[in-house]
Formats: sequence, structure tokens, C-alpha cells
Amino acid sequence: MSSRPMPPPNPLTAGFWEAARRHELVLQRCACGRFRHYPQPLCPECYGGDWSWVPVSGKGAIYTYTVTHRPFHPAWAGQTPYVVATVELPEGVRMVSDLPPEDTEAVRIGAPVEVFFDDHEAVTLPRFRLVR
Amino acid sequence: MSRAGTCAIAGIANTPYTRGTDKSTLDLHLEASLAALADAGLTPADVDGVLPSASAGRTAEDFILNLGLRDLAFAPTAHMGGASLISSIQNACLAIDAGVASCVLVPAGRRGYSGERISAGRGVMEPIMSTLVEFEAPYGNVGAAQWFAQAAQRHMHEYGTTSEQLGHVAVTCRAHANLNPQALMYGKPMTLADHQASRMITTPFRLLDCSLESDGAGALVITSADRARSLGRGDALIAGVGEAHSSAPTSITQKPDVAVVRSLQVAAARAFAMAGITVAEADTVLIHEGFSWYVIAALEALGVVKPGEGGPFVADGNIRLGGPLPVNPHGGALSEGHVSGVNHVIEGVRQLRRTVEPARQVPDCATVVVVNEGNFFDGTVLVLEKGQ
Repeated sequence: MSSRPMPPPNPLTAGFWEAARRHELVLQRCACGRFRHYPQPLCPECYGGDWSWVPVSGKGAIYTYTVTHRPFHPAWAGQTPYVVATVELPEGVRMVSDLPPEDTEAVRIGAPVEVFFDDHEAVTLPRFRLVR
Repeated sequence: MSRAGTCAIAGIANTPYTRGTDKSTLDLHLEASLAALADAGLTPADVDGVLPSASAGRTAEDFILNLGLRDLAFAPTAHMGGASLISSIQNACLAIDAGVASCVLVPAGRRGYSGERISAGRGVMEPIMSTLVEFEAPYGNVGAAQWFAQAAQRHMHEYGTTSEQLGHVAVTCRAHANLNPQALMYGKPMTLADHQASRMITTPFRLLDCSLESDGAGALVITSADRARSLGRGDALIAGVGEAHSSAPTSITQKPDVAVVRSLQVAAARAFAMAGITVAEADTVLIHEGFSWYVIAALEALGVVKPGEGGPFVADGNIRLGGPLPVNPHGGALSEGHVSGVNHVIEGVRQLRRTVEPARQVPDCATVVVVNEGNFFDGTVLVLEKGQ
């Protein structure tokens, strides 16, 4: 079985992936208080470059999703159908995650989700699942 | 500021649209370019501007070398993915109005079947997609169908849009393609039942909601309106152009409201203001549609209907030939071919020239609106008006 495409090394985002390795979800927060994701050097509101990684709860809700029946990548061959969901977090950011197979039937827009951590050889992926 | 038709599309041509080719992307672009120049009554010796397609991997050097260009003055490249073509048309007009160039060649097209075939996992991740590669590809969000499907899903959630309404877009494009001998789906009728029975790709998109993987290219030759008229090619005046980059193109999932194509709203407002028209004056709208849902979203963004009204509007037959606002009379990317949107512009010019099959001719067609989308909802809009 082919493996998932993994995130390439990126100095700007290293702290995000290091935290995931510790099973912690962190987001970039500007000195002005605004959270942002995906990571970027400057705050688009205040243009400031001072920011830090801040731990967040990882509890959110499904903003939208699609149930994919045809693999667009070999890693998901034999895994279809699977759900790709866009999750909205209370910090005002969105993250994308595939859901565990047991969530495929139950997924709905607005459904509450929580983060869990999927350990791979070199990278740990923060993922989301429906709150049961 | 109105363009007031200072520039025109003087030459158009396309290669055949196929599913399978031995030709390279460059071969296809050169073939279309030479034919478009001949269509305008010009030769490569007249070309002093060329706007290559970055998403097709083409550069000015390709054309300098192969067309023997001796005096190229202008060669910027637009980086707006599927919205690049109309952005390049705007660049051509700016250069011509400023006296920087006088005859600008705009080639586009792809090997979407034989080359970068998405369904075979051979789609190309452009540099702009680095955040998607890092934060979405590891979770299996890797295909354009999945990105747009999530927007469509949200649209259905907010407005009650249905799969049958998406199907009406696909069926309309297919019916138009069946009047167009160069369409890939010519001679292949499709009903709403066929659409509903086609296999699910990624909800809500079925196979027949997805545009064609096809090989082919087209090219445009843009000159001043005066020069176009002197060539006997003054039919398609460029009345307005608008482009908009309304949010960072990191991913469709990151748009403030994925059910609204905001950059298209902005681009359309710019293009209509420049042309001095309202959308009600459009005789036909050509929408470069990767997916059926995008036609509904674009009609809403253009202001043809209010947000959420697009689904019922298409289901009521409004976008068919013979209806109040025919959309994609050539069959579009869904049924003519996916040619990076250049086939939509070419169709618009042919409608103004009155050179399409009579059954596809929009009566008294004088104002054409063309829509491009790319780079995760970047939008570009072109208004063409019939000249003399």
C-alpha cells in the first residue's frame, strides 16, 4: 500500500509539526491576538511579524466536506469511500482532515469534531473525528 | 475608464480537441498560434507580444525560437491558474493601448488526457499550492474535484441546491455540444437520468459533473481595433476586462465563504463598469467550468441571479439555447473540451462573427461575457462586443 504524501520540511511551520509529535495542536497567534492558519510570516490584519505557537483545544465543527469515492492518490486506493472534511475551530481558523472510516455515514455540516493524533514514521498528523 | 473597444480579438484558432494525442503541449500551442495568425491575415513576423501560458509550462522563448520572432517587445506571464487567459488578454490590451506592442499572441491549452491527467494522479501542483501540499494533501484532499465539491456541498447546505440542479447544467452543456461537430461529446446525448445514474466521484459530484480530460489548444491574436478592422476582423471588440484576487490563493477550504466566488463578483463589477454594461445586456455567457456547480456559482457571482437562486434558475431552462441567457453554446469544458478556457473565448468571437452552426447561433448576439476561474477562486471576466 502506498503511503500518504507527507508534509515537506518547512522552517516556518516546524513548530506546528513538532507540537503534533507531542500530541499537541498549536496555532500561530499574532502579538495582536489574532490566530491564523495556514502559517505565514506576517499578520494580514496588523502586518506584525511577532507571533507564537499557542496550544488550542482542537474542538471544532464540520464547515464542509466531501465523500470521495474515487482515489485521487494511490494512498487511498482501497480506502474509498473516505471523507475529506474542512473543520472550523473556535479560534476562527479552518483545518482540513480526512475522517476515520466509521465517520463516513454520520458526517454532517455542523457536526462537532475533536482532534486526535495519527503517528507516522517521521511525522504525526493532527486529524479530526466526530465527537460521539 | 471604458476600454471603449480600443482593442479587438483579430484572430482565433484551435487544434482539434481529442482524448489522446502524440503531440506535445508545445506542438499544440504552435499549431493553434500559426492558425490564429493566418485567421487574422497576419504572420509570425507581425508578432511583437506573446503571453505564454504558465500553467501549460510555456515560455516566451518557445515562441521566439519556433516562430522566428525577431522583435518581441512584451512577454509577461499571468499566474492565475485557470483564470490566467483573461488576465493575459487584459495585459495585451494595456500593452497595445500604451504603444508597447501592436500584435499580441495569446496561446493556451493542455494535454489533460495524455499528459497531466488528474484522474490518473498526474495533476500538476503549481508552486502556489505549497500550503495545500503541506496541510491538505496529507489528508487526501488532492484533486480539484474534491476542492470544488466541498464548495458545492456548502452551497447545497446553505441554499438547498440539489444534484438534479447540477445535472441540468451538465445536460444543457451536452445538448449544446450535440450541435457542435468539434465537441468531444458530439453525437453523445445525455439525459438527466443519465447524469443521476453516473457514478459518484466525490460528493456531490458525479462523473458527469466533471469537465473533460482532453488534449488541445487554442490561440488568440489581439490588435488595436483599427488594425483589426483594416484586416476585416473587427467583429470582436474587447469592451471590458476585470481580474480579482480577493483572498490568498492557498486553498478553496480557506475562503471566508466557500459558497460565494467573491473574486468573480469583484472581477465582473470591474469588467462591466469598464464596458459600461450591466449583466442583463449579455446575450450569452461563457463560463470556463471545471465542474457543473461552478456555472451556478458564477451566475450568482455575476449578478444574473441572487446567491442561492442559481440552482432553480438553471433547472428552469434559462441557460439553454433559445432561453433568456444561453450559457456555453459550444458545450463548455463539460462537453466540448477542457482547453484552459481559451475555447470559451474562441466561441464568443465566433458567435460575434456569426460563424457557428446556425442551430447554435445566439440570435442578434452583440454582447458576450466570458468567465475564467483559477487559483482557488481567483476570477477574471471579459466582455466582448460586436464591432463592424
